Amino acid sequence: MLEVERATLRYPGMSLSFDLRVEAGECVAVIGPSGAGKSTLLALIAGFERPLTGRVRIAGEDVTDWPAARRPVTTLFQEHNLFAHLDAAANVGLGIHPGLRLGAADKARVEAALEQVGLGGFATRLPATLSGGQRQRVALARALVRHRPVLLLDEPFAALGPAQRREMLALVDTLRRAESLTTLLVSHHPQDAALAAERTAFVSGGGILAIGPTPEVLSGRARPELTAYLGEVEA
Amino acid sequence: MGRLAPCLGVLAVLGVTVVATLGALLLTAPAGWSDVVHDVYLRRVVAFTFWQASLSTLVSVGLALPVARALARRERFPGRDWLLRLLGLPLVVPTIVAVFGIVAIYGQNGLLNRLAGAVGLGPGQYLYGLPGILIAHAFFNLPLAIRLLLPVWQSVPGESWRLAAQLGMSGGQVWRLVEWPLVRHAVAQAAGLVFMLCFTSFAVVLTLGGGPAATTIEVAIYQALRFDFDLARAGLLALLQVVCCLGIAAAVQAMGRPQWVEPGAGRAHARPDLGGRVTQVLDYTCIALVAVATLLPIGAVLSAGLAGPVFAVLGDPRLWSSALLSLGIALSASTLAVLAAVALLIGSRELRVVRYREGLADAAELSGSAVLVIPPLVLGTGAFLLLRPLGDAFAWAPAIVIGVNALMGLPYAIRVLGPPMTRIASQHERLCASLGLRGFARLRLVEWPLLRAPLGLAAALCAALSTGDLGVIALFGSQDTTTLPLLLYQRLASYQMGEAAVTALVLLALSLGLFAALERAIGGRARA
Repeated sequence: MLEVERATLRYPGMSLSFDLRVEAGECVAVIGPSGAGKSTLLALIAGFERPLTGRVRIAGEDVTDWPAARRPVTTLFQEHNLFAHLDAAANVGLGIHPGLRLGAADKARVEAALEQVGLGGFATRLPATLSGGQRQRVALARALVRHRPVLLLDEPFAALGPAQRREMLALVDTLRRAESLTTLLVSHHPQDAALAAERTAFVSGGGILAIGPTPEVLSGRARPELTAYLGEVEA
Repeated sequence: MGRLAPCLGVLAVLGVTVVATLGALLLTAPAGWSDVVHDVYLRRVVAFTFWQASLSTLVSVGLALPVARALARRERFPGRDWLLRLLGLPLVVPTIVAVFGIVAIYGQNGLLNRLAGAVGLGPGQYLYGLPGILIAHAFFNLPLAIRLLLPVWQSVPGESWRLAAQLGMSGGQVWRLVEWPLVRHAVAQAAGLVFMLCFTSFAVVLTLGGGPAATTIEVAIYQALRFDFDLARAGLLALLQVVCCLGIAAAVQAMGRPQWVEPGAGRAHARPDLGGRVTQVLDYTCIALVAVATLLPIGAVLSAGLAGPVFAVLGDPRLWSSALLSLGIALSASTLAVLAAVALLIGSRELRVVRYREGLADAAELSGSAVLVIPPLVLGTGAFLLLRPLGDAFAWAPAIVIGVNALMGLPYAIRVLGPPMTRIASQHERLCASLGLRGFARLRLVEWPLLRAPLGLAAALCAALSTGDLGVIALFGSQDTTTLPLLLYQRLASYQMGEAAVTALVLLALSLGLFAALERAIGGRARA
């Protein structure tokens, strides 16, 4: 279980405050306008940002003061998830040992993880030779070998075409269920939420304005801000 | 075609210069390269030239790496901006002035030896020879290498730091897996450039080198022409220099361009490896040492100059006539260099942005820098050989110095003006075309407001470089034609240290003043 309890942050000209509970193995989509604080919420959980007040708990442990590396969390960014000069296998292997000291068993795990995301045989490819979707698959494979129970997706599929995006979301859905990963998915597309998330949170103005079952939130009646953000909702 | 004509004109002038210079050298130099191999003196000079350039590069780039890393890791400390500006200073401090400052700090009676004596240590090693050359080359090239390397860290995407933090990388692992793979290309390139600059360095070796044991090809050319008046030998040495430089340039080119890195999400992200007390102390020690090493010689010039016979020197008409000549040469050379750079770049950006001929555009810009392959003294030798049949070659001194200085400044002007000029074309070309914005209107409304800052910087840089140049003028200078750097050299050579101190201060003031004035006058108040 993942809990963010009245965590507050202050930036010049903006203050943010978050309250959120996500059940173990659940997927919650986070939607909202740019600059509303979606990525900041994820950074709080990952440990890239520390709250001024409030706590962050993961699986019952208070991780508020833990450094990023110690937290049971993996983040996928929109881009730059891979080091451009390392091949796919090395990028995955970093998830096992951050200095790339890998034994034979570790290498087998890397190979298996690449297989699992549909990239068997791509081990020696450099990121530049992979498509955008394939690069994100490599990052997902790294998330798998890290075995961290929380997966934070910070718009990782935003740059992909509609078909590829649906494919990636389906992959995330499969992996999440297989590994029972607690997942937060930041996205600009309400359809992503509809595809992959049990619940959806609407973030605006530095806080969560609405949260509930995805179809309910996407119907857009909870708050006027939400209605304005979604615009005309397709049935 | 209209936009390519000025570019072609400049290329033609460059081509004729190169061909005429090489032709004159080939006709003069004795046939048969076996002389080079068998001549012990020549072999020694060539070996020393390579040796001092290698060591200078090792010292400059080797020290620049930890300092650049420290500066990249410490993004916020009081005086950081000020320090970065200080690191730009050696580029516009005249070489001979810096040499004066270095002697005042590291020399026999320098500050360091006096401090050592005060605490009971014997006098240190002798500065003249290799140690002095290395110190002076490091003074100029260490800051240059730092400024070349520092931007690489800024190209590391913020996500990489977050990723490194999440994966739990240690400082060593960050260095091995994140930083070094990105930095090493820049290190190779910086090393190539520094090697080239040290290989062809003249004024430093002339003043701090000593005897046949510490002479470079460039200085040997000068000695052959000026003292032995051995034209054949000078021609041979000059050809040898060109061959070596071509080899080095080819090696630098072969190292290729650094891999292109997309900028990250933009926001600054804290690196995961800054916490430790020890790393903090090490970083700030590196930064402080470089600041002190850069400031000390300049400070020495200021204090020695103010303590010298100020009024006697300022009352000497020779000072004013040479200052005036330096000023005239600097302004002319700077104007020529900037005009040539603009002409070249108008052509190259037309090729790049409008006609999609990247290769040709690169070639045009590169040919402007290719002059680096033919060092100033070689150009001077060529000019001397060409003009001798026409009568008194020395009478042409100012024109030759202006021409050579303009060629020296051209690569810098292209470097400063190239990116913004290309950017203007790629961003506004179509808009200008659709609005019918052409000719003077386009110049006034689009080019000038966006380019005046880089134009100011380019002109200021070329003028400062020319003001401080002690190269060709050493070949052609005479009683009637003395620039300020040459006057300073003569005073140093005749051990008039007091007069030299004041002259050095005046030259420093002229160079920096001209730089600031041009940058402000052309670039305007709001600098980019």
